[in-house]
This record gives sequence, C-alpha cells and structure tokens, in this order.
Amino acid sequence: MLALRRSIALRSIARRGLSSSSVKRSDALFVHRDTKYNNPSIPFEFSKENLTKAEEIIAHYPPQYRKAAVIPLLDLGQRQNKGWTSISVMNYVAKLLGMPPMRVYEVATFYTMFNREPIGDNFVQVCTTTPCMLRGSTEILDTVCSHLGDIKPGETTKDGKFTVIEVECQGACSNAPMMVVNDDFYEDLTAASTKKVLDAFAQGQKPKPGPQSGRHTSENSAGLTALTSKPYGPGEFCTPEFQ
Amino acid sequence: MAGSAGMLRAVSRGTNTGRLGKSVCSSSSRKAGRRQLSSTAPRQADITLTVDGKEVTVPQGSALIQACEAAGANIPRFCYHDRLAIAGNCRMCLVEVERSPKPVASCAMPAMPGSKVWTNTPLVHEAREGVMEFLLANHPLDCPICDQGGECDLQDQSMRYGSDRTRFHEITGKRAVENKDLGPLVKTSMNRCIQCTRCVRFANEVAGVEELGTTGRGNDLQIGMYVEKTMDSEMSGNIVDLCPVGALTSKPYAFHARPWELKNTESVDVMDAVGSNIRVDSRGVQVMRIQPRTNDDVNEEWISDKTRYAYDGLKFQRLTTPLLKQGDRFVPASWEEALQAVADGLAASGAKGDEIQAVAGHLADTETLVAMKDFVNRLGSDNLALDQAGGTAPPVHGVDVRSNYLFNSTIPGVEEADVILLVGTNPRHEAAVLNSRIRKSWLHTGLEVGLIGERADTAYGYDYLGDGAKALADFVAGKGAFAEKFKAAKKPMIIVGSALAEQADGAAAFNALAKFVEKNKETLVTDEWNGFSVLQRIASRPAAYEVGFVPSKKASTTKPKFVYLLNADEVDPKSIPRDAFVVYQGHHGDLGASLADVVLPAAAYTEKSTTWINTEGRSQLGRAAVPPPGASREDWKIIRAISEATGSPLPYDDVLALRDRMWELSPSLVRYDARERTSSPIALAGLRALEARTRGAAVSGRAFVRPIANFYMTDPISRASVTMAQCTRAFVKGEEYGFSGSREQPEAAFA
Ligand code: SF4
Ligand code: FES
Ligand code: FES
Repeated sequence: MLALRRSIALRSIARRGLSSSSVKRSDALFVHRDTKYNNPSIPFEFSKENLTKAEEIIAHYPPQYRKAAVIPLLDLGQRQNKGWTSISVMNYVAKLLGMPPMRVYEVATFYTMFNREPIGDNFVQVCTTTPCMLRGSTEILDTVCSHLGDIKPGETTKDGKFTVIEVECQGACSNAPMMVVNDDFYEDLTAASTKKVLDAFAQGQKPKPGPQSGRHTSENSAGLTALTSKPYGPGEFCTPEFQ
Repeated sequence: MAGSAGMLRAVSRGTNTGRLGKSVCSSSSRKAGRRQLSSTAPRQADITLTVDGKEVTVPQGSALIQACEAAGANIPRFCYHDRLAIAGNCRMCLVEVERSPKPVASCAMPAMPGSKVWTNTPLVHEAREGVMEFLLANHPLDCPICDQGGECDLQDQSMRYGSDRTRFHEITGKRAVENKDLGPLVKTSMNRCIQCTRCVRFANEVAGVEELGTTGRGNDLQIGMYVEKTMDSEMSGNIVDLCPVGALTSKPYAFHARPWELKNTESVDVMDAVGSNIRVDSRGVQVMRIQPRTNDDVNEEWISDKTRYAYDGLKFQRLTTPLLKQGDRFVPASWEEALQAVADGLAASGAKGDEIQAVAGHLADTETLVAMKDFVNRLGSDNLALDQAGGTAPPVHGVDVRSNYLFNSTIPGVEEADVILLVGTNPRHEAAVLNSRIRKSWLHTGLEVGLIGERADTAYGYDYLGDGAKALADFVAGKGAFAEKFKAAKKPMIIVGSALAEQADGAAAFNALAKFVEKNKETLVTDEWNGFSVLQRIASRPAAYEVGFVPSKKASTTKPKFVYLLNADEVDPKSIPRDAFVVYQGHHGDLGASLADVVLPAAAYTEKSTTWINTEGRSQLGRAAVPPPGASREDWKIIRAISEATGSPLPYDDVLALRDRMWELSPSLVRYDARERTSSPIALAGLRALEARTRGAAVSGRAFVRPIANFYMTDPISRASVTMAQCTRAFVKGEEYGFSGSREQPEAAFA
C-alpha cells in the first residue's frame, strides 16, 4: 500500500508516444494557487478523535523529533478532509508539529499519495506497471474509464462519486491486473469483474476486496503442481523409540 | 533521489561543512547541537591519504573534495559549497577511489586514512561527462540571453566535460518550469535550475528564510515557496552568487553588463558598520554592481542586500557642482567662488571659538574626519558634533578607552559565545551579516539569546526579557531564568546597540551594564575574551570616536553660529539656529544640502580611496572604482582647500601626509586589516570610568526604541536608490505582492 503513486499527471493512454517523459502543460501541481476551494483562509482542525490519534502518533517519537510525525499526520488530515490534503491541512500540521510550513509542503508534494486536489468519494487507482500491463491492465483502465462515463485518468466523474488515476506498481503483481479502490485492493481483474466492483461502489456497497477470480490469495490458479502428496506427520519414518 | 528526503539529510549534516580548518577546530569545544539533528564529531586527528599519487594530510572529518583540493586537484562541482551543508545531489564531483567499484561523489564522502584517490582518469572523465550530459538534457541552450554567461559554472564545466553534440531527441522537449516571483532583487529563470539546492540551503541555514524549499520530486523537482511569496530577507542577494547557473540572477543588474566588461575594484562597504569586504564592478564611470569578497574575519562570503543593491543610488540626486544659496534658490558656482563664500560666511557670521560647529554624518570617511577635526580645532573650537540623536553632547560611553564603544569580542568571536544578551539592538537590521553568524551559532550549538528592547524578528529564537531599563535592572540583579543561564555561561556576551547611548535611559543602562561587567569580570572580560561589545550601526561612527570627533562639555552648550555639515543628512533642522551660516559637504542632495547656504559636492565611497573603521575597530582601505562625477572632489581635499581659503591652512598636502597625521592620532587607524585588542585591565578601567561618569543617572523607564525602522533606507545613498525603494514597498510595506498563507511569523525559527 505504501508504494508511491504517480502524480495525477495528464497522461492519457491514447497519447502514449515514443518518448518516455510525460507531457506537462502546466506545473501547477507543484505550486499552490489560491482557489475558492483551496486557500489558507479555509479553516481546518483535527476532530477530537483525530486529535487524540495525532497525539498518540506524536508520542511515538522523541520530543525533539516531533516533526517525524509529519507523514502520518498528513495522512490523518487527508482522511479527515475527504481524501485530499488542502493547504489548510498542511498549515495545520505544520503548526501542530512546530515546523516551518514549507517543510510540510515539501513532504506533501514529494509523496504522490497526498492528493492536493479534491477527489471523488471513491478513489480508483489502476496499476499500469509492467506486470499488470502484461496481464491486461490497459483493458482494465479503458474499462474503468468508459464505464464511469468516458472520463480520462486524473478526472472525476460528474456526480463526484469516482476519481480515476493510473498508478505504478502497488506490490500485488502476483494478482495482476489490479486496482485500488479507496484503501482496498481488487485483484485478478477482468473487464467484467471490474465493472461489477465499480457498480457495487456506485451503489454505496463495498465488495469483498482481494482476488476477484475465486483465488484466495496468490496461489497458483491452475491448482497445486508441487507438494501434492500428503505431508508426513510427526514421528513418521522414525525408529520406533521415537514414535 | 532528490527532494524533501534529500533536504532532511542536508540539514542533518550540520556543521561538518564549514571551511576546512576553521569549522573543525571551532566546533570541537561545543556541546551537542540541539536544534540540528546531529552535530559535528569532535576533531580527532589529522589523516593522510594519496590523491593522484600525491600525499596530503587533512583534518579527520574533512570531505574527500577538500582533501583533493588540498592536493591541488581541481574538482568540478555544482552543489557543494564549503559554507553550506552537504547535499551530494549533483554528482559532478565524482572521483575514483581505490577498491571502490563505482566512482564516488567526493563531496559527500569523508576522507579516509590511507585511501588512494584519482581525479583524472578515463573513468572519472567518462562519469563526469555522463553527469554533464544529464544536466544539460533539461537545461535550456540560452547562454546568449542569460545573465550568468561568462561566470556560469555550468558553462565553464561544459567546456571541459560537455559533449559537442546532443543525444537528446525527446519529442516533448525539455522540462519547463514556471518562474517564481522572489521580489524586487532576485530574478528567476527556473528552466535553467539544475536543482543543486544551494539556494535552499543558504536560505534555510544562513538567511533564516525557511519558506524556500523544494517541491515535487525527480524530474519535476522545483525550487520555490509552494505558496506565492517573496523572499523577505536582507541576505537574499547572496543566492544570486551561489546559484551555479543562471536560474537566479540579479534583477536590478539584469542585462546591464557582461562580467568581462567590468573592472573589479576591491573595496569596503559603508552601508553599516560591519565593513563588509566588497568588490565594486564598474564599467567606465558607472558602478554596475557590487559583489562580496571573502573575508572570514568580517563577512565570510556574504553581504546584505543593502550593501549589494544600493549602488544605483550613486547615480541619482548627486551633487555635481558647488551651489550657493541666493534667496531661496541654489545657483551653481565655481569652486573658487564657493570656497570664498565659505570663508566670507565664516567671517560674516562672527563665529568665534566653540560657535563654529562641525557635524559628522553617516558616510564621513576617516581621513576627512581627521582633517575636519584639525581644521575646527585650528579655528579654536571643540564643537565637534555627531549626526545622531543627542549627538551635540559628549557620548555617554566616552571615547577615552576604545573598548567602551567597540565590538570587543570581534565578529568571528560571536560564534564562540554560548549566551548572548542583546540590549537595545536588532542586529538583523543594524548588522545583517553579523546576525547570520548569530543564527549560525544558534542553529549549530546550544547558544542562548536574550533580548532587552523592542521585539524584533531576528531569524533565531530568543528569550524576551523586557523593553527597557527595568528589564535590564532585573537582569543585572540576577532575576529570571535567562540571568541564571548567563551566570552559568563560560563565554557570555553582551551586545549593546549603538542606539542605547541615544536613548532616554542610555546613561543609566550603561551604568548598570558597566557595574554588571565589573562584577562578572571572570567570565566577561578575561585575557582571551571580552564579552562586552558595542555594535555600531553607522560606518563613520567608530572612526569618529577613534579620532575624538566629539564635543567638549563646554562646547556642547554653546549655540553655534557657523555649522559645517559633513555628510550630515539626519540632522534635525530645528537644531540649527536660524541665523547660523551653514555649509554642507556631501555627495547627495538629501536633507543636509537643503539646509545649507553653501553646498560643496564631494565623492561617494566608491569614488575615493579612504580608510574605514568598522565596529570592531578594524581599519580597512576602501578604493576608488570610478571617478567622482562632475566637479565633485575628494572630501579631505575640500577641507584642505577651505582651510587655505580661511587663512589657517592644514599642514598636509597629500594623502600620505594626512595618514601620517592619522598615525600620530592613533597608529591603529592606519594598520590596515588588523585589529587591536584592548587589554583586559584597560577595558575594565574604561568601564569603571564609565560607571563613575554615569553614576546616579535618572531612569525614566521609557522603552528602548530601535534606531532603524526601515532597513532598506538608512543613508543618502540608499534613500536615493530605486531598488531600495522597491524593497521598501515590497518588504517593509508589503505592497504589490499578493501574500498567500498567514503572514504571522514565528518568533523562533526551527531548522
Ligand atoms: S536555483 Fe540555482 S542555486 Fe537554486 S537549486 Fe537551482 S541551480 Fe541551484
Ligand atoms: S505491477 Fe501492478 S501491482 Fe505490481
Ligand atoms: S558537488 Fe558532489 S555531488 Fe554535487
């Protein structure tokens, strides 16, 4: 889960050309611009319950290294703030930890898992790194995009229910292709099971996470090929005095 | 991986990075750092290694790059800077080390005893060429329109390691980064940035601007503030020098000159009393820019923005010809007429003895002060006033013992102190370069700072003790936690602002301090250490005290009939009697000139070779870079000419004879670049005399006010400067720039 995700860059699958660098028309992602929904005058504060959690997190570190808690606190803030880290969240965390706000901005912009723009209710991250790609992630991404009403990666559906992005390897390659919805992995996807998962989320349910193919985990889908015989129990094949 | 993780590492490297010998030995005696994650390991011994077959010995803990340098091998670099923390992110400094499978970044690698290093092998060349190719991949090819051209590290090093053709064929083109608005001083062209993070490290470690950092990562890493903000620091110009490429250039100097067209003149700055060493770059008769010169004893490698950018004030509002007042207009005159007018005016005013007053302003040089004093004395007067509040009376601290008004601990000595008390001063505005030393020490050692006086944002944290004489009395009585810390300190230091002597409670404050120093002389004034330091803020003031340019008691009560304003532009017009004959000598048509009957045009500091004494009592020679404009003349020559016209000629005809006269007054005035210590018994005697003189001084309880409200405008040159006016608008008044984020600044800054 802690794998780093590619920024919500404007990459479209269709336009993938020969060059390896992504097209950037604007670098607005790494500077903050005041907007109506994201500016420092919007108040943010931890809820009571999150504040207790935050205090507990801070207590994990020696007092002179309070600022080490910046990543977990930003995550906590992001969760409380509907899944995205606004400038107010960053400023609040900076104040809470007594560090210059810029140090928090550095962290928040370094890690792509901090969304610095609002996202939909469900955050869909489709892995398109090599193993997933070989197992058909392009089709999965296309399915997700078209099923959600022809949106592009990096966009949110009109009803605000879904945001889709492309991400790098999530560490679930053995169950490729896969996608992450909110905090859960949905693996062994096909176009059909992808739609099913998305439909369930659209209705406000939460489908069972994990492989959607009937596998339990990452066991061989063709059944066992080794260690098929009965394992011998304790004492078997020993001289009688040890039996 | 660059970016924030890199920055964390950079900060934690701490003091290991200062200049070779100096930082290593000065940090050895310190307690563990508190504000940084780690502190320097104490110096152990010297180690020996072989570089290119040559044996070198360096202190343990030095970086490999320093060892290579000591062996005379030149290592190309971008991110490494010996006064900043190590980042190790440009990879240009690769060298080959025996038994290491890959080339090693020599700046981030400690020198190891017995290791064998090669800096000039095919492997090294290939590695550096590779790095260079990567750096150039995203660097625009715009040298012809780049201001850094001719002094660009990337340009120079690509001559050596660059390829003559490109393999970069990305259809999407090079990385494009938006320029940032850092204010009226620093121009940015962020496409050119190679992400060395020198500017970020400087801003965070030295200048105390913790808003500058890196956002994003990898190919998208960019330098900036994330939110829209200007770089509000009086040291910001230094990042222009630090930037190895043309990403950060000087806005006022933009597209004005190329470095090879400039004549360099080594000189001394006069915007404050630190005496920063500068290099004046001129073309023809114009000063094009001012750059710092390295002097570890004074300004290290930095200068303040006022020092660097006020030079455009030298072009505006200059006095270029003598002027005579006729009715309420000034009419131009020849020098002959003007000198005659002064002589006639002196005679007509009927001024006798102490009724002849000379007022020395901020920018009067030492030679001229001596000539002025000799001239006035010759006319039988002792009325030598200074251009400051209460300047017509003898100064509280007296001028008999140097240590009463000088910065005795020396400027590098600030870094040895473990507790500093600031009294009635904000060093950030009165001596910006010195302030960054305090910050350095505060960041890397356990230095504690206390402040009595007006609250100020000093770029480091401090204990606030109060605003006036009452707080000082409490401190002297040993009340409060800070007084306790001060007692326990091994090398305590008191920095007394020069404005304290001008305050209502100045005498009482000096009295209390003198008593306190006497009582704690075991720690404050010893044979090696003198922690009682007065921080002068005006370039000419230490010299004025040194030559005794102060009024006698009797003279200070006399009403003057003839007033000679020598560069005096801060005078209160009401203090000059209506019927007095006023002569102004100076280089700018500022306040002083408007009050005068005769105006004599003189040379500014870049136009004359004169002596300047800094706040430590260090005498330094400024040098003329350009000729004075129009009919203006060197200052001391004007006074010499007047003395002739008034019939009491001064006995020196050239500057050498004048310097002989200075030698007679005090040999230290002409012992250039040296600084003489006052021995501790004399320093203590001086303080006892001071205590006796100020005994029983009344206490009004009024707060100490800071003398400098606007850092960017403190003298006629900076007041005439357009750049300084822009700085005032941007930083002092906060106009023009949309600030995002809360403007409240933390009093204590965190690393
Ligand atoms: S702006 Fe200049 S000094 Fe700052 S990181 Fe870029 S290249 Fe280095
Ligand atoms: S490649 Fe998709 S999870 Fe690893
Ligand atoms: S100078 Fe060594 S890595 Fe940059």
